[in-house]
Amino acid sequence: MTVLRDVRPLGGDAVDVRIEDGVIAEIGQGLDGDDVVEGHGAVLLPGLVDLHTHLREPGREDAETVKTGTRAAAVGGFTAVHAMANTDPVADTAGVVEQVWRLGVEAGYADVRPVGAVTVGLDGKRLAELGAMADSHARVRVFSDDGHCVSDAQLMRRALEYVKAFDGVIAQHAQEPRLTEGSQMHEGELSGQLGLAGWPAVAEEAIIARDVLLAEHVGSRLHICHVSTAGSVEILRWAKSRGITVTAEVTPHHLLLTHDLAATYDPIYKVNPPLRSQSDVQAVRQALADGIIDIVATDHAPHAMEDKECEWAAAAFGMLGLQTALAVVNETMVQPGLLDWQQVADRMSVAPASIGRVSDHGRPIAVGEPANLTLFDPDPEWIVGTGDMVSRSRNTPYAGMILHGRVMATWLRGRPTVLDNALVEFETV
Amino acid sequence: MRHLLSTQDVTQSEALAILDTARELAQVADRPVKKLPTLRGRTVVNLFFEDSTRTRISFEAAAKRLSADVINFSAKGSSLSKGESLKDTALTLQAMGADAVVIRHQASGAAHRLANSDWIHGAVINAGDGTHEHPTQALLDAYTMRDHLRDGQGSLEGLNVVIVGDVLHSRVARSNVWLLDTLGADVTLVAPPTLLPVGVGQWPCRISYDLDEAIVKADVVMMLRVQMERMNAAFFPSAREYSRRYGLDVPRMSSLPDHAIVMHPGPMNRGMEIAADVADADRSVILDQVTNGVHIRMAVLYLLMGGQEA
Repeated sequence: MTVLRDVRPLGGDAVDVRIEDGVIAEIGQGLDGDDVVEGHGAVLLPGLVDLHTHLREPGREDAETVKTGTRAAAVGGFTAVHAMANTDPVADTAGVVEQVWRLGVEAGYADVRPVGAVTVGLDGKRLAELGAMADSHARVRVFSDDGHCVSDAQLMRRALEYVKAFDGVIAQHAQEPRLTEGSQMHEGELSGQLGLAGWPAVAEEAIIARDVLLAEHVGSRLHICHVSTAGSVEILRWAKSRGITVTAEVTPHHLLLTHDLAATYDPIYKVNPPLRSQSDVQAVRQALADGIIDIVATDHAPHAMEDKECEWAAAAFGMLGLQTALAVVNETMVQPGLLDWQQVADRMSVAPASIGRVSDHGRPIAVGEPANLTLFDPDPEWIVGTGDMVSRSRNTPYAGMILHGRVMATWLRGRPTVLDNALVEFETV
Repeated sequence: MRHLLSTQDVTQSEALAILDTARELAQVADRPVKKLPTLRGRTVVNLFFEDSTRTRISFEAAAKRLSADVINFSAKGSSLSKGESLKDTALTLQAMGADAVVIRHQASGAAHRLANSDWIHGAVINAGDGTHEHPTQALLDAYTMRDHLRDGQGSLEGLNVVIVGDVLHSRVARSNVWLLDTLGADVTLVAPPTLLPVGVGQWPCRISYDLDEAIVKADVVMMLRVQMERMNAAFFPSAREYSRRYGLDVPRMSSLPDHAIVMHPGPMNRGMEIAADVADADRSVILDQVTNGVHIRMAVLYLLMGGQEA
């Protein structure tokens, strides 16, 4: 029996919260328990849910494993993560998704919901056995070829239609492949000067426009991964105004960083879709505030050192995100007054759980609900260091930057995974 | 100046110092013994990840005329093609005691990576990085313009320079635009719209799609090499159409002012961007560019390495 004392659920009035048998047992004043965690007025949120995480296992265990990735998730305040399918072998069969799911259960730091590949081998040629993955123990509901766009319009239409049978959703990596051959960074004035091949905004926007129309035509759920441009926001705004069932995510790095960082030629800033202009950053922030973009998803992408310590063109795309996500959202959205804590809970827990059909996460902070909780102190200032990374990789773009706010504690079904700002070490089940 | 990575970093006084130094060093070339003892005991590494015999031998001649020891490291196949990584190559050179590294690489920014890492401590000279920059080429071009049109003195204030061709993929064009602007010249880029980068409107130069209109008042016409594979990527419909619209042939050359010079960084596609008769014409200074390349590279090595004792 644990009591969280002096905590502010969703940033509201301070209360005490008692956790018992993995659920919230009581909310009130002056509660007592065997274990008392002093909140000092910190914000209590439902455990965060990430719809877009690369855990790299199986295949690249030198960069991340399910265990190291979910430990990073816990430190970042997450209680559930969706593990992307671009592993080796690809998560395109029931066997692979069940393996990833089981590794998550064994590690015990966060619930791992595998994402299934849309096409066999992410090849974009024929559908993977989506139904088998949905029916497996992993209960896959989100399907994505992330890293690759499902660019064939007919295949995309079929995928959108097919997953209706089990309430699935296709999460599209919107990137027109022909417009982005060899692309290295955002196409704009800077790419021309730096001599790095451009990744034009239209390559993202054209696919989103096509896919919202397809989703409308077949009446399916569509989710757009890592929206990065102002133009994409306008298309999504239009689609939602027509009642199309599309949801969208933005990453913390697209909320904070801009393409100017590419001028360093340091591939720590190389990511796909690329960092965009300041006006794009303003647009995606406003869209997240307005609900045009529904959620924040990290696109946590660990990479081994040698894949980043090289020339830009040779480097891998991607950056770490789990441990810094909430602080970046605090910095870019809460402090400027674009979101309050209830809306943060929506964008980072309730809505992603709903899109992923994860039933016991993203729940209200109320008696009888599962105790998946995150305690966040928005005030402390810290300088991000690569040494802070619990992930097996160190490719954080925020190293040396000052961020505000730290996760004090995280509970997964009442069991603390983080306490006193530090990971709880426990033997795997 | 510690490194030479981009002409964007070079001030006018630094550029003039390089040009003036090159002019002094050029006199060495006229002596029976073409050698100065300045860099004796120092080591220059030519690190070439991409074939470029002409640039490499130009740097090699420059370093040898200053009595430096030269190591040619031809690392064909970078980490891009699963060879040794740039980092490991750099660490190896550092361990061997390189005082300066001249790097040519197919990846834009490779010279920056080398200079801004702690892999290597010596001076880094960019000898061409991907589609980014080729600063010594721009310096030798400026030297050649100054030599022919300004008696080898002062800046290039008011000089009309027309650069024609594949600007999108050209490191020569980028380095020239920044340097010529710094030196006061007026630059016009001429290319089909498909071979101009997005954002070129923000560069300190004019843009034209019409070569005939642009060359009438030119003091300098610089033709860029157009690679045949661009045709296959639909940048333009055919080699003949490109040549008709953007090639410098004899009739076009005759519309140039009498004093105007024709330049090309080489290697040329005769009959494509430049007609053979134009390449061999009196006003063509293409071989002077090659000669001046050695003087400029001597000056750059001297200024970057000369300050320290061996």
